[in-house]
Amino acid sequence: MASSTPAAPAAPPELRHHFASLEAQKEASSLGMWIFLVTEVLFFGGMFTAYAIYRETYRHAFEGASNLLDLRLGAFNTVVLIVSSLTMALAVWASQQGRTRLLGLFLVLTMTLGTTFLVVKYFEYAHKFENHEVPGPHFVVPLDEATHQLLPRQSEMFFSLYFCMTGLHALHMIIGIGLLLWLLRKALRGDFTVRYNTPVDMVGLYWHFVDIVWIFLFPLLYLLGRHTL
Amino acid sequence: MNTPTPSSGQRVHYLNASYGVRSWLLTIDHKRIAILYLIGVTVFFAIGGIAAALIRLELLTPAGDVFQAETYNKIFTTHGVMMVFFFMIPGIPAVLGNFLVPLMIGARDLAFPRINLLSWYLYIIGGLIALWAVVHGGLDTGWTFYTPYSTVYSNGWVVVTAVGIFIAGFSSILTGLNFLVTIHTMRAPGMTWTRMPLFCWGMYAAAIIQILGTPVVAITILLVGAERLFHLGIFDPAQGGDPVLFQHLFWFYSHPAVYIMILPAMAVISELVTAFSRKPIFGYKFIAGSSIAIAVLSFLVWGHHMFVSGQSVYAGLVFSVLSFLVAIPSAIKVFNWTATLYKGSVSYQTPLLYALGFIGLFTFGGLTGLFLACLGLDIHVHDTYFIVAHFHYIMVGGTIMAYLGGLHYWWPKISGKIYPEYWSRVSAWVIFIGFNLTFFPQFIVGYLGMPRRYHAYPEEFQVLNVMSTAGASILGIGYLIPLVYFIWSMRYGQDAADNPWGATGLEWQTSSPPPTENFEDTPVVTGRPYDYLTGRGEEAAVG
Amino acid sequence: MHFFPEEASTFARHVDSLYLFLIAVTAFFSLMIGVLVVVFAIKYRRKSADEVATEVHESGVLEIVWTVIPFGIVMIMFFWGARVFFQITRPPQNAIDVYVTAKQWMWKLQHADGHREMNELHVPIGQPVRLTMASEDVIHSFYVPAFRFKRDVVPGRFSVAWFEATKPGKYHLFCAEYCGTRHSNMIGWVYVMTPADYQAWLAGGAPGETLAASGAKRFVENACNTCHGDQPGARGPSLTGLFGRRVQLSNGQTIVADEGYIRESIVNPQAKLVAGYPAIMPTFQGLISEEGLLQLVAYIKSLSAPPPAGAAAVPAAAPSQTPPAPERKVSRP
Repeated sequence: MASSTPAAPAAPPELRHHFASLEAQKEASSLGMWIFLVTEVLFFGGMFTAYAIYRETYRHAFEGASNLLDLRLGAFNTVVLIVSSLTMALAVWASQQGRTRLLGLFLVLTMTLGTTFLVVKYFEYAHKFENHEVPGPHFVVPLDEATHQLLPRQSEMFFSLYFCMTGLHALHMIIGIGLLLWLLRKALRGDFTVRYNTPVDMVGLYWHFVDIVWIFLFPLLYLLGRHTL
Repeated sequence: MNTPTPSSGQRVHYLNASYGVRSWLLTIDHKRIAILYLIGVTVFFAIGGIAAALIRLELLTPAGDVFQAETYNKIFTTHGVMMVFFFMIPGIPAVLGNFLVPLMIGARDLAFPRINLLSWYLYIIGGLIALWAVVHGGLDTGWTFYTPYSTVYSNGWVVVTAVGIFIAGFSSILTGLNFLVTIHTMRAPGMTWTRMPLFCWGMYAAAIIQILGTPVVAITILLVGAERLFHLGIFDPAQGGDPVLFQHLFWFYSHPAVYIMILPAMAVISELVTAFSRKPIFGYKFIAGSSIAIAVLSFLVWGHHMFVSGQSVYAGLVFSVLSFLVAIPSAIKVFNWTATLYKGSVSYQTPLLYALGFIGLFTFGGLTGLFLACLGLDIHVHDTYFIVAHFHYIMVGGTIMAYLGGLHYWWPKISGKIYPEYWSRVSAWVIFIGFNLTFFPQFIVGYLGMPRRYHAYPEEFQVLNVMSTAGASILGIGYLIPLVYFIWSMRYGQDAADNPWGATGLEWQTSSPPPTENFEDTPVVTGRPYDYLTGRGEEAAVG
Repeated sequence: MHFFPEEASTFARHVDSLYLFLIAVTAFFSLMIGVLVVVFAIKYRRKSADEVATEVHESGVLEIVWTVIPFGIVMIMFFWGARVFFQITRPPQNAIDVYVTAKQWMWKLQHADGHREMNELHVPIGQPVRLTMASEDVIHSFYVPAFRFKRDVVPGRFSVAWFEATKPGKYHLFCAEYCGTRHSNMIGWVYVMTPADYQAWLAGGAPGETLAASGAKRFVENACNTCHGDQPGARGPSLTGLFGRRVQLSNGQTIVADEGYIRESIVNPQAKLVAGYPAIMPTFQGLISEEGLLQLVAYIKSLSAPPPAGAAAVPAAAPSQTPPAPERKVSRP
């Protein structure tokens, strides 16, 4: 017959009933988040594949269209996101130290930086709409900046992929900010202690991932084939 | 063999621990969630089955005289979408996997019970959205959504159905995620990887595919919806897009998807064959290893769906040779199951009948897959009824038989009741006969040249189509009988003992049905799996 | 009851032989497993409730044997299938051209000499036929079961495939890729005729304008001749004698100018730029129909071939090796 486990000490409140220990719970949560991030890699991966293939097929059109993106705004956004990953890492550190006020501060900073990113993105998109660089029935083939000739019509494909890829990324940012708000609420309620900070850790992983996606998007969309800085 | 237990009516277990709709719709008990999925997949199977009946009705006569062409196209699309996304993919993992994985590894629940419930809600919401599309006019693209027909020309509910499938895809991803984490981190003390039941190995391998493959079809279907809504041109040649790119992205998931459908089925068969031979499974490590090999290789063969689409000859060669290789691990499993029967003590109960039927039909159906891997042959049979026959042999003759076999085997554990053995054997035979009569003629009519998705066909194909429809009627009856007696057994069936089959495995060490927390004390495992020969069944599994 | 369609092409017999081999292997292994399973189930059936089975030791050797043998068999299938596939995908040089436009829900065919057919194709026996196919809308598939011939017709590209008919008769033509409402009605007939009957058929109907002549009109309509007109100082490379010739690209590669290259150069000219010419050709994506593209390709091909001898569609001789036009080096504007 099965042998029974010795009577356990009073379980900490964060321990879910089906886990043997907090360590086991944390290990499971961590593995779960990493597996989820793998699915996200494949999710974005489909679009990166489409982008790579079309960039090769319509090289001239894509290079020309890429040069129409605002490099300064893109670079600024890249810096914003990298700094936000720093503040997120500091938030995780603060939660491990049990320093709730500091945790709250870093969460707010991260959210602010994330929102800044989205605001800049809004302006970039608005500019595209003004210039009729949005794919669909109202698309107007833009001029090549270098030669002032019309770009090939397939430049529309660049913009289709640009909006899909950066749009999906922005959606992930919005979800991330939502998660950060949820964390902030829990932090202010005192839910995170030196013993238990797993949600902060997990959201941190997610935030870093969203950052990494941008680190791939920026050079692929903005930098390759750039004529001038 | 079986210690007498108080009748399940008096004892508290997971079914009677709480009552009321809320206690079911807000449950986080993996066993209740499995029942919720059982109801869901049965409903969607019925819808897909009705669509199949209508297809076979139309195909009784060469003329398209029952339905308008567009209606027929919507019917076969409904059949495919419902069956693939809402029955086959969730099927065994969500029903049997959810119920059994924690029990088999000695855990109290899956790693993420609330995410498990979320999975079910995503599944139901996705299914209802797809059903809304069916009811409000339907979709006529086929379940494969080839562009530019789906993105530009179709008049059906493309975006709505795509959304439904997208949401259900997340259900599949989360189920896979839950199984992977559970199997990695929550096995009972002493249960090493090589002491784990092969059922769990099969769930694990299928979960790998769910994790890696489903996101790709998710983004693909999202892009199809975006293209249709916003007139993007990613897959539309009029705007420079490539329809074959869609096919690559689509089949990158949809080929591994069929292994999501078959690996859990094989996992069930491993359990059934060993239990009803009362003998350790032959070649445990090879079966486990084959499951992982299939999961890996399944991602490398998608191009065999596109041999005539315009891939390069070299791509064709690569995909062909890999498609042949992926057949080898399946063959290894079949040989090992057969060897398990050798010198066993074989008992002819219904689960074994299904298992033997599976071995025969899967072997035959799997071999017909080699015809499709073969470049010279596939040119002729691609997009004909030969293909339809092949995949139905695997999915219906394979997976559904395994599903039914597993349902019968674990029914006493799930419900605490015994089903009537006479009727279960009758329905197993009716299903076997009906199935073969339905689908074997389709190999012949396919090689003769009858294309798929045809609403009307040349007269010379009629005899074979009539045979197929006759078989389908028999098969339909075969499926109805278990529905009736399973429900009947819940009320009138004899109470089941803890271990009515005398099988090994931790799930049989707890009561039928199990208590909510599965085990009173955490089991500790010291013996080999399927240790039938060193002692009585229930003593051998746990030290 | 027939199990095979008629064998009416040169590769039908090869496909059927391969099929028979696979049937034999399938039957053998299915029967073997089926018989073993049934025999074991009967021979080792449980005779008493507490019967204990016999220990059977696992065997690594057995596992290897039943891995290696199937591996060997499938490799035979692979190589044999690949050989048949090479035959199917390599059109011979002396094929006559037929151009096919697929659209919902009909097949439009045009012979090089101008004969047009709708949902029907007349061909002689013993003559390889190369189909160059384009779709006006969605994916279709040209399927002639008796020839064991099938090729998808994908919009946005040309699909080229060939067959050689061997037996006079009337054979089904099906569309084999689901293409919408009337997919099952997109069917027709292929009429295979003896050479004498075929000549009679050709003489019977008046051919319309040849594809090449239509293409010549398109060439002028779209102002192609303003750059590719062979005039001195022309901005674009000459197209005379282009088809079948090797072309040096600006990236150093050399390719052979076939139908696909010509089509691509019209819709995506920047993809393969000819060395020594500026990248100024505009793209005609979406501005010329698929049928128009076929006509242009036929016209450009005709600039390489010797003039056809009368209306009878004598199998065209291999394109004569005209000396390549001298390259014109034009400085960038």
